Amino acid sequence: MSNNIWVFIQQDDGKIADVSLQLVSKATDLARDYNSRTGESVQVEALLFGENIKGLAAEPVKYGAEKVYCVDDRRLKHYTPVPFTKVLIDLIQKENPQIILYGATTTGRDLGPRVASALKVGLTADCTDLQIGDYESKGETYSNILYQIRPAFGGNIVATIVAPEKKPQMATVREGVMKLNEPDFSRKGEIADVPSIVEDADCLTEILERVQQEKAVNLTASQIIVAGGMGVGTKEGFDIIADFARTIGADLAASRAAVDAGFIHKDHQVGQTGVTVRPKLYIACGISGAIQHRAGMDQSAKIIAINNDPDAPIFQIAHYGIVGEINDVIPKLKKAFTAKA
Amino acid sequence: MGLNLVVLVKQVPDTQNITGEAMKEDGTVNRGALPAIFNPEDLYALEAALRVKEAAPGSKVHVLTMGPPSAEQVLKESLYRGADSVALITDRKFAGADTLATSYALKCAIETTGKYDIVFCGRQAIDGDTAQVGPQTAEKLGINQITCVDHIEQTDEDSLIARRSIEGGFEVVKSAYPVLVTMTDEGHVPRTSSAIKVMTYKNKKAGDPEIPMWSIEHIGADFEACGLKGSPTKVKEIESVVLKAQELQMIENSDEGLSNLMHSLIADHTLG
Ligand SMILES: Cc1cc2nc3c(=O)[nH]c(=O)nc-3n(C[C@H](O)[C@H](O)[C@H](O)COP(=O)(O)OP(=O)(O)OC[C@H]3O[C@@H](n4cnc5c(N)ncnc54)[C@H](O)[C@@H]3O)c2cc1C
Ligand SMILES: Nc1ncnc2c1ncn2[C@@H]1O[C@H](COP(=O)(O)O)[C@@H](O)[C@H]1O
Repeated sequence: MSNNIWVFIQQDDGKIADVSLQLVSKATDLARDYNSRTGESVQVEALLFGENIKGLAAEPVKYGAEKVYCVDDRRLKHYTPVPFTKVLIDLIQKENPQIILYGATTTGRDLGPRVASALKVGLTADCTDLQIGDYESKGETYSNILYQIRPAFGGNIVATIVAPEKKPQMATVREGVMKLNEPDFSRKGEIADVPSIVEDADCLTEILERVQQEKAVNLTASQIIVAGGMGVGTKEGFDIIADFARTIGADLAASRAAVDAGFIHKDHQVGQTGVTVRPKLYIACGISGAIQHRAGMDQSAKIIAINNDPDAPIFQIAHYGIVGEINDVIPKLKKAFTAKA
Repeated sequence: MGLNLVVLVKQVPDTQNITGEAMKEDGTVNRGALPAIFNPEDLYALEAALRVKEAAPGSKVHVLTMGPPSAEQVLKESLYRGADSVALITDRKFAGADTLATSYALKCAIETTGKYDIVFCGRQAIDGDTAQVGPQTAEKLGINQITCVDHIEQTDEDSLIARRSIEGGFEVVKSAYPVLVTMTDEGHVPRTSSAIKVMTYKNKKAGDPEIPMWSIEHIGADFEACGLKGSPTKVKEIESVVLKAQELQMIENSDEGLSNLMHSLIADHTLG
């Protein structure tokens, strides 16, 4: 009975997805909490599948993994569901982890459900928080299980889901939701080479073409963000916002409506279907503050909202509110900053 | 020689247009106050199936849904758009099903339709946004899956080629049948109802020969694996989202007000 906490490490073309390392970081919190509650000593372990991936194995260790299971096989070079599910299930059955976390990426959301179905265990998608706690139901108490906390019904409610009866308990989490640990370059972990059990007959998906570009921006690490919404009005209006962002050393973000209107590329979108950010300062310009947008930015340490409608919902989560026209307020703010800085 | 195409569709509360009355005082959702709609991406799944049928004459499109009798509406709408046959999987014993129990029941129902080549799902349903039922149904059927498909590019007698979205790009993949695909809303815009078909089906009800109801026994499902009993996940608690009341400080839109704001942000090292 190992009871360890596992993280599925997603790698594409030799690069580990940020979300996987964020999950390793979160898993170390969960393991610490679990161990102090139970007196056990479970550890964080990572799963790395692909072709020639050994060189990447040190990466999850820096963020807190004690052991990395590596499965190297040319048929695992790119993700496809059947071979990955087979390899993972085999490892789970041998090692018996209590928790498995996946990034809520197209890969994690393809693999997680398939594994859950095969093992008849629960899986909660898109968790925004994970905790260890107790659960009582029908006179039974389940101690130290995983609370899987997620928004539901279009973000209008937050539900705590548990799957107490069977291991592993599994969850997917979106990029940027969990904080990254400071990497510790001196940490040592065990690298376990696991022989591949993939057979040619498992390879039911043939990838004919694959195009993947690095994101133009990575807002998840931004400290200061200036975000524009529909209220910015035009693509040219966005230039004013961009110029202001540059001046104060901020990264540029947007609401979905602004992206859909073609003001800016989708990589800049914050929210439920965009990225989740947690900067020191978030300046929302002409953004109404719809629930799907707030889901991606309400963890910001300070929020400034600029909107010409004093009743815009964004003011309800803002720390500073300015009622006014974007074209008027932004140049004034820029001037004020340049004068002070 | 046509293909046997199965489409899984779901009736969902319209969570995208939530109004005040939709949330009860205790924070739970008042489903009654939300209009029930055809899950948006499932319309794209149906459209994709109808297009495959048009490209491969002799194909049949069979639409399945699991839900209460009122879910007959999405089946009627499927018939209006050109489905060849439909079935409503409905049984009290299905109540409380999570995605695992749902996919088990859907698997049994798909097998009840006979031989199938392609199963089409929406990528996700807007009531839970889980995107789990598709892959779980594929696993239960023991077949391959392609998720996040924008377009079916080609269908041959024994395999298809699909274009799927991945982060920052796309993949074009090929799979032999049988295969399950989950469709995004990036593909062909769903067609509207045909007036003639609306006339034909509008007065039909669940239980009529055109809209048969399938019970647990009919689809040969194991009672233990259905509904609440077959669902490993439980909801521990639900809270409604209350906007966290901040100490909102209104800043006057004047040179002085804005200048003071910038000054305080620089002073506490938030800026600069
Ligand atoms: C399933 C789903 C997922 C979604 N995911 C996301 C997501 O990830 N991210 C996201 O952002 N949205 C998302 N949305 C969309 C979301 O519901 C809103 O439609 C969107 O956030 C609105 O963007 P906005 O605030 O820029 O536009 P609007 O709602 O149009 O608001 C514009 C605001 O600008 C103000 N304004 C107008 N003119 C001016 C001016 N001259 N000066 C100052 N203020 C002005 C207005 O008062 C208004 O408050 C999603 C929706 C759904 C259904
Ligand atoms: N009760 C159901 N009946 C039929 N199809 C369903 C049902 N639930 C989910 N699906 C299918 O599975 C997809 C994903 O649903 P979900 O996992 O709930 O996000 C949907 O778009 C439907 O195609």
